[in-house]
Amino acid sequence: MEIKLTVNAQLVTVEVEANLLLSALLRDRLRLTGTHVACDTSQCGACTVLVDGASAKSCTLLAAEAAGSSVVTIEGLAADGALHPMQQAFHEQHGLQCGFCTPGMVMSAVDLVAVNPDPSEAEIRAWLKGNICRCTGYQNIVKAIRAGAAALRSA
Amino acid sequence: MYSFAYYRPASLGEARALLGQIEEASLLAGGQTLIPTLKQRLASPDAVIDLKGIGALAAIERKGEALVIGALARHAAVAASPVVREAIPALAALADGIGDPQVRNRGTLGGSIANNDPAADYPAALLGLGATVTTCERSIPADNFFTGLFATDLEPDEIVTAVSFPIPRRAAYVKFPNPASRFAIVGVFVAETAAGVRVAVTGAAPCVFRLPPAEAALARAFAPESLDGLSIAADGLNSDIHAVAAYRAHLVAVMARRAVRQALA
Ligand SMILES: Cc1cc2nc3c(=O)[nH]c(=O)nc-3n(C[C@H](O)[C@H](O)[C@H](O)COP(=O)(O)OP(=O)(O)OC[C@H]3O[C@@H](n4cnc5c(N)ncnc54)[C@H](O)[C@@H]3O)c2cc1C
Ligand code: FES
Ligand code: FES
Repeated sequence: MEIKLTVNAQLVTVEVEANLLLSALLRDRLRLTGTHVACDTSQCGACTVLVDGASAKSCTLLAAEAAGSSVVTIEGLAADGALHPMQQAFHEQHGLQCGFCTPGMVMSAVDLVAVNPDPSEAEIRAWLKGNICRCTGYQNIVKAIRAGAAALRSA
Repeated sequence: MYSFAYYRPASLGEARALLGQIEEASLLAGGQTLIPTLKQRLASPDAVIDLKGIGALAAIERKGEALVIGALARHAAVAASPVVREAIPALAALADGIGDPQVRNRGTLGGSIANNDPAADYPAALLGLGATVTTCERSIPADNFFTGLFATDLEPDEIVTAVSFPIPRRAAYVKFPNPASRFAIVGVFVAETAAGVRVAVTGAAPCVFRLPPAEAALARAFAPESLDGLSIAADGLNSDIHAVAAYRAHLVAVMARRAVRQALA
């Protein structure tokens, strides 16, 4: 079937099978490999993207379900060669080690700040229930999100 | 995933016509249960019928003394809805405690109750508030809707369209969540309603159930102390790697007292 959707502000028309996952469309067909797949069972959040502005696990979404929607991946955040403030904050606060979970963490954080521009540490930790990191122990991720939120408020 | 055809009907009539034509079709709402099931090849429908094109099914409105929530209302929408927070704050809080943000952004009320996972949260709210499920065919009281492990009174091709929740005088839901999934190891919904006190328990047994001794005690006096000495038999309760039956039985009484305290707060 042919579907049309917007990916990182570009209109895409693509032929997909009904059982193709959004994560596979992004990674394998559109070569947007910043969206990571780790557990592939809806647990870890590495595959998080924004669908019509709301964070979603792209391994638990059919590409067909996203037809007509606007999808933003980690590749869609930086503008004019400059990192998005949330990406910059992860960089500066050392919010990653291996980096595998990072695209999902950043997308989730961007969604959080959209609904809650000034989240407390407790609110950030509660929000990250859908994102698992095996390296950092979360301390610097939480710090990064606080810093990213502050940067976005003053932007 | 096995292959299947995908349809996104724009109306309930169109969805029902498709259900009539296709031998084995699965309804798709938020997909947070169905897609993992398809990925594990635990189901192999000929077609998936995505209900998300039927926008009217996502409405949330107050109708007199009831709160009517469409089957396609997402958990995040219920949690954030000013109408829900004002009419039944316990229901908004329950929705806000389901899974994680990504799951709440996709998962729906209709999908949750049609699935009737023994550890799901919404079934406790429906049973605890004495809600009524509306389908494209009929109305089903919550007391008759949940019939067993992953089983409901729904016919194979019956579509849930909405749930009507009578607005209680007060209510609260407290769960002991599985720390990984947030599903309820035990969750208790307590409500003081126009039709009396209702107490519903999820997570503990193969299917959500009411707790008549607790209801009777709370009808005499709606206070946590009324439940002192409440003892729940472990027979027939779930035992798994997360909690044995005797522990779940203990948790039911603890969560029930906490829920009453929270309802009074
Ligand atoms: C990581 C994770 C954590 C979770 N944690 C929790 C939790 O803490 N508490 C909790 O309660 N749930 C939890 N869930 C389950 C979640 O709430 C699901 O969203 C929900 O159970 C199913 O809703 P859905 O809209 O995604 O349904 P789908 O997956 O689309 O459908 C589920 C089933 O319902 C049927 N169906 C869907 N809509 C209708 C309808 N309108 N009429 C008739 N049949 C219909 C489908 O055919 C399918 O059989 C979790 C899920 C995940 C992945
Ligand atoms: S890869 Fe999607 S949640 Fe882990
Ligand atoms: S940085 Fe390695 S998993 Fe998070």
